[in-house]
Amino acid sequence: MNPKNFNRLFFVPIQGASLSHSAAAEIFNKDESRTDWHDETLWFVREKRDKAVRQIAEWEQLRSLGSTIKDHTLSNLDNYLAEFEKNAQANGIKVHWAIDAEEHNEIILKIIRDQKVEQVVKSKSMLTEECHLNDYLAKRGVEVVDTDLGERIVQFRNEPPSHIVLPAIHLKKQDVSETFHEHLGTEKGNNDPQYLTEAARQHLRTKFIHSQLAITGVNFAIASTGGFVVCTNEGNADMGAHAAKIHIACMGIEKIIPNAEHLGVFLRLLARSATGQPITTYSSHFHQPRVGQQMHIIIVDNGRTKQLGRPDFRSSLKCIRCAACFNTCPVYRRSGGHSYHTAVAGPIGSILNPNLDMKANADLPFASTLCGSCSNVCPVKIDIHVQLYKWRQELVSEGYTATGKKVAMKGMAFVLSHPSIYRVAGKMGRWMMRVFPFIINNKSLNPWYKQREMPEAPKQSFRDWYKKNKQ
Amino acid sequence: MSSREKILGAISINKPELIELPVIDIKSTSVLAADWVEQFTKTLESIGGKVIQLSSIDVIKEEIQQAKIGGEYIVNTLPILGEVNNEINSTMEASLLETVDRAYIEGSMGVAENGSVWLYEHQIKNRLLPFICQHLVICLNVNKIVPNLHEAYKQIDVAKEGYGVFLAGPSKTADIEQSLVIGAHGARSLLVYLISE
Repeated sequence: MNPKNFNRLFFVPIQGASLSHSAAAEIFNKDESRTDWHDETLWFVREKRDKAVRQIAEWEQLRSLGSTIKDHTLSNLDNYLAEFEKNAQANGIKVHWAIDAEEHNEIILKIIRDQKVEQVVKSKSMLTEECHLNDYLAKRGVEVVDTDLGERIVQFRNEPPSHIVLPAIHLKKQDVSETFHEHLGTEKGNNDPQYLTEAARQHLRTKFIHSQLAITGVNFAIASTGGFVVCTNEGNADMGAHAAKIHIACMGIEKIIPNAEHLGVFLRLLARSATGQPITTYSSHFHQPRVGQQMHIIIVDNGRTKQLGRPDFRSSLKCIRCAACFNTCPVYRRSGGHSYHTAVAGPIGSILNPNLDMKANADLPFASTLCGSCSNVCPVKIDIHVQLYKWRQELVSEGYTATGKKVAMKGMAFVLSHPSIYRVAGKMGRWMMRVFPFIINNKSLNPWYKQREMPEAPKQSFRDWYKKNKQ
Repeated sequence: MSSREKILGAISINKPELIELPVIDIKSTSVLAADWVEQFTKTLESIGGKVIQLSSIDVIKEEIQQAKIGGEYIVNTLPILGEVNNEINSTMEASLLETVDRAYIEGSMGVAENGSVWLYEHQIKNRLLPFICQHLVICLNVNKIVPNLHEAYKQIDVAKEGYGVFLAGPSKTADIEQSLVIGAHGARSLLVYLISE
């Protein structure tokens, strides 16, 4: 299968394959109380982040350092990757390179088949989601058990994660209770999170103990020492990696940092930005396989070198996947992660995904109010809202936007560049809103009225008012 | 051309001009070491851990004896606390480690700003032990607390051993409706004894 066909097949989101962000968001918004709950819960996480950040006097200095260390690393990435490879190999780790998702998946399948592995566990790795590894392996008869609690919940439900840090944030405890009753035989109607988590603990402990191969992600890979760091709160990456005979760690090329001292900056930024914790419960530093264990690292490109070559968008590769931009985004909070139909949702996903497939993801840069809150909370100072704006221009000039939007924008440009026509149009608009409001506030004719009410139209424009009152 | 060559080649064409690596010039806080102990304690307790200061390790020895009499599978890895469980080694099977009720491990360093403790591989005997045991107890010299992670990384050598971890509190999750639950996959509790003996 050539890579293009592969992308067609596997980059199709599991849910809402043909729905744009706005169409999927409309469905999400139908349950108003759930939408409100989703909005408030994520804002609560954002507030926890604020509280944690305010306790660090040097926070802005840390952000600047994090940003510049990543800028530097990207500007020397080839040398750091080669240095990392050399040091990792000296540590006894086998290093693989994958140009795209297909090659990444093939490498893993080959290790599984060569070693006759039957039991595979996986901790959270957005890269393996991006590569649709689970689907790929399932089609070839290999079952992968996701071990992060949120990921296990969505896996049982055949759904993709809706958030990169909180994979099941779109679900209520009743949903989890029903899913666990069906798959783990928990009591029907018992919605207690403590009870449900305990059931998952018992279920997954047996999976850990019997697994032969563990797949993990990588938060940071250290060029100068050839080791890597994996962060979790649950301890699932460690339970998997330390119990299995084979450990495969999957990383995008951008996960490299020069030295261990830089971990001091990034580990201070990561958990505070993500959940408001001072650090994740476990920050595990892997440098060598344990006695009798095989350790593999797969270094994956999958479009990243292309993004590196786009001066306007390359800084998106600095992302450390904290999801602070998700939690603060008014559009994400009220549309849910599945509306973004990609592995990485939210504002950062909306600037990463058009690089992977401009046509399929042309809607995403428009799923934003450009309010800039994402850029303000980003721990590595990515100018996310600026890039959202730039992607819109790129997509329009490449012809990837809907005709309706194009015509409307052209009309708008004409009106705005002709003051007399603008004044007449304004007058007509105000008159229409007063005399025939049902034409304007009709939700099927004017989508601005969905979930919105507009103020009453004034009798005169500001210009008319100013002319009359300027004495 | 291999994927390795393709990727490295594409990077060398597409990367921007070299940007200088900044110096990490964050000043360590000027507060006294005694305050670091207080901050470490407060922070670790805020994330679900428990901290007890001790001037004598006799209390721990007694605790271990009592738990053993009670029939718990206690693993001690510190010779100063008495008999060491030599059955715990780097190749012990997960199914056996899974039966450990409580493990006593020595920590290398505590970090005041985030309540974490650095553990080297030789201190945990088996990489799974601090995760798979039901309850974890770490013994740490009270003088080994540093103010922040920058200081910690100056003092530890991350590549000295095959594995090392900053461990901060018991295993936890909030994946169901953001309700905090302690005891996800790893230890259900963490107790740190700060020893000034």
